[in-house]
Amino acid sequence: MGSKYDVLVIGGGNAALCAAIAARRGGASVLVLEGAPKFYRGGNTRHTRNMRCAHDAATEILTGPYTEDEFWKDLLVVTGGQTDEELARHMIRESKDILNWIVEQGVRWQPSLGGTLSLGRTNSFFLGGGRAMLNALYLTAERLGVAVEYDAEVTDLVIEDGMFLAARVKRPIDGETEIRAISLVAAAGGFEANIEWLKEHWGEAADNFLIRGTPYNRGSILKMLLERGVQEVGDPTQCHAVAIDARAPKFDGGIITRHDSVVFGIVVNKHAQRFYDEGEDIWPKRYAIWGRLVAAQPDQIAYIIFDSTVVTSFMPTLFPPIAGRTVAELAGKLTLDPAALERTIADFNAAVRPGTFDHTILDDCRTEGITPPKTHWARRIETPPYLAYPVRPGITFTYLGTRVNKEARMLMKDGRSSANMFAAGEIMAGNVLGKGYAAGIGMTIGSVFGRIAGREAAKHARN
Amino acid sequence: MHGTRILDEADRLMTVCNSCRYCEGLCAVFPAMEMRRAFSDGDLNYLANLCHACGACYVDCQFSPPHEFNVNVPKTLAIARAESYAAYAWPRVLSVTFARNGLVISIVAALSMAAFILGFVALTDRSVLFGVHTGPGAFYKLMPHNAMAALFSAAFLYAILALVMSVRAFWRDIGDPIGGRADGGSLLQAIRDAGELRYLHGGGVGCYNEDDRPTDRRKLHHHLTSYGFLLCFAATSVATLYHYLLGREAPYPWWDLPVVLGTLGGVGLIAGPIGLFVAKMRRAPELLDQERYGMDVGFIVMLFLTGATGLALLLLRETAAMGPLLALHLGAVFALFITMPYGKFVHGLYRFAALVRYAQERRTEST
Ligand SMILES: Cc1cc2nc3c(=O)[nH]c(=O)nc-3n(C[C@H](O)[C@H](O)[C@H](O)COP(=O)(O)OP(=O)(O)OC[C@H]3O[C@@H](n4cnc5c(N)ncnc54)[C@H](O)[C@@H]3O)c2cc1C
Ligand code: SF4
Ligand code: SF4
Repeated sequence: MGSKYDVLVIGGGNAALCAAIAARRGGASVLVLEGAPKFYRGGNTRHTRNMRCAHDAATEILTGPYTEDEFWKDLLVVTGGQTDEELARHMIRESKDILNWIVEQGVRWQPSLGGTLSLGRTNSFFLGGGRAMLNALYLTAERLGVAVEYDAEVTDLVIEDGMFLAARVKRPIDGETEIRAISLVAAAGGFEANIEWLKEHWGEAADNFLIRGTPYNRGSILKMLLERGVQEVGDPTQCHAVAIDARAPKFDGGIITRHDSVVFGIVVNKHAQRFYDEGEDIWPKRYAIWGRLVAAQPDQIAYIIFDSTVVTSFMPTLFPPIAGRTVAELAGKLTLDPAALERTIADFNAAVRPGTFDHTILDDCRTEGITPPKTHWARRIETPPYLAYPVRPGITFTYLGTRVNKEARMLMKDGRSSANMFAAGEIMAGNVLGKGYAAGIGMTIGSVFGRIAGREAAKHARN
Repeated sequence: MHGTRILDEADRLMTVCNSCRYCEGLCAVFPAMEMRRAFSDGDLNYLANLCHACGACYVDCQFSPPHEFNVNVPKTLAIARAESYAAYAWPRVLSVTFARNGLVISIVAALSMAAFILGFVALTDRSVLFGVHTGPGAFYKLMPHNAMAALFSAAFLYAILALVMSVRAFWRDIGDPIGGRADGGSLLQAIRDAGELRYLHGGGVGCYNEDDRPTDRRKLHHHLTSYGFLLCFAATSVATLYHYLLGREAPYPWWDLPVVLGTLGGVGLIAGPIGLFVAKMRRAPELLDQERYGMDVGFIVMLFLTGATGLALLLLRETAAMGPLLALHLGAVFALFITMPYGKFVHGLYRFAALVRYAQERRTEST
């Protein structure tokens, strides 16, 4: 029973929609099954803001050229070499064309910004953000005749010998039905919203993680594919994690819970002890390391501590800082040991050496004689009120995924490629991102491999 | 804490948006917000009046309801905007008019129209009222020109005074950090932005109304309405000049400037308000300030009545219907004038003032 399409796309985010549009433009009949209700359609894509693409010259939206080679070097640095070079280079090459292709699908870019995020050269920003981008993709898909169902969670996949046959889908009204299709594109995101799964690898600590994006990325499709013979790629503990405000909701707090004030102060754990060099690296790298650092601290909690001289130096924050007229008062509000916090701050202040502060470069403000040191941007914390943000690990997305080749075709455990199964986006991000992260690359992976997957899935279906 | 509950909510939203900033390319509200970290009542009223209610930042927001952050910028700013009209109204006692504006406007309109008809009947005999009058001065057989001029100048001057006082209060409140007068460059920029409704475009795709498919219809109907209004105003001004400078009396032949302007304007004032009304009826409820429905509709209806009675008068002025129609038209225009400072009409002025302030802020920032 059930209807039959040329291409079935599971997921409803950037990767899924790029695949659906490409498949439809390739002449296939396409069905998109999005597990979330309409408002929450588009998973983590709803929360994104920009995309990293190679380009040879400055444009209206980008302040300078960003060559394939430079992109590749950046990727090599953040992943520490843990990337599939052939696939990654292929993606980077294709990213050049995506910059325009995505505009042809109705997505609009914002003129270059400058300001808070120094990404004007490498990254293009969606006008109105990720949800605006998604709205445009959905309108285009609908106009082209792609069928879309919301609240349509795929609960099972029928796969025989590396060949996709049918999917079972649970709809709130009609119950479970089976849908057959000639090819499959899996674009259902990672498993970051599945705390149980995270616990398998992180232990009890995962209970204290906050999930920055959609609660609907529970990794069920990924799990089924891996169980049914698809080769896995990546390390399950690798993910994109940043330190976000501890007061953020458990799921879907999005971008506005982030903090980028680390360079302006110090970070202590629940024993009021510093644990890492807050001046190690420049944004956005320092942004991306603090999630893991906090995850390794007792109870997965930490506090960014600074003073009143710097409050206007960073982006305004959703939650106001917690304030105290004295260090002891602040410690009380944070339930830290006042004496310990006073000592930590006094030791830090005593170790600060004079220098010229400039948070846009690795400046010469540093400490001497304490561990860990603060190697840049070190300035005394001494002007009340004293302020703090409590932070916890905020998981953005996971890297464990399905292995694919340059056609976005899944590879099976025995090394053969699947006849009709393709994957795009978070669910295969681990092919490119073994670890680390370069801002905007999540959307590049989704758009580039989504478009390829859709095109190839349509080609397979129409042969 | 702010003066009102809705300003508290606007403050909360601006704090959310300021830590997000995804919408900064959509309109002037967000860049203006980014220039601030804390928001006074005046700041919030300024932002509220910069918003053109295109709806884009609602449709594009990942935190709009049902998300727990419950971000609905267009609706919140719409309510704040409406409340700001009352807050700055002059004289203060009449600010209560805004609350039940639809009702007030209908009563004032009905009374004005009735007064004109009764006045005509009382001042002239039936044969004059229902007679056929043609040629220059025909209208003044029903009401002497001097009486008409005196009555309407008084109503008009009162409206101007009340509007000037209100906008002045608004300007002072929103200008806190900058203060002072508007410079020429900012004025020009604001005239351009207001003239083309630059920010009623959802960042380029159009306005969101009944669903998530943007169109330019609201912009078109708004243009028809406001330019229709301006054309009618121009028609009256030209006719006044004709009367006093050239000694030519209304009604004028159909090809003459006041009639041409008035006809075009009248068409705009019929088509535009109908379009706006339909859009309002179909607008997604989550974008609408339902409580102020009456004020918006009242104003739309007044403009429509002014246009419709004016055109009817033009078409039938050589028949026996002229008398009653003239009475109706004058009644409508009179009611429009005296209710202008206490209804939706002020949104144009406040928005313009906000645009001037924005242009000024941009200039100060870039120098
Ligand atoms: C706060 C935040 C900010 C970010 N900012 C950026 C940024 O600026 N730039 C960038 O490049 N990346 C950013 N990312 C990362 C980016 O969101 C992801 O890399 C990207 O969205 C992945 O796209 P996707 O289509 O693979 O997955 P998603 O967009 O997450 O889509 C997955 C979809 O699958 C659906 N789904 C899951 N399971 C099922 C099922 N069983 N049946 C049916 N449907 C299912 C989900 O509902 C969802 O719609 C950000 C992430 C977060 C959380
Ligand atoms: S309306 Fe929503 S998306 Fe836009 S700036 Fe505000 S919080 Fe961000
Ligand atoms: S003009 Fe449009 S985008 Fe700007 S605040 Fe108003 S509704 Fe939002």
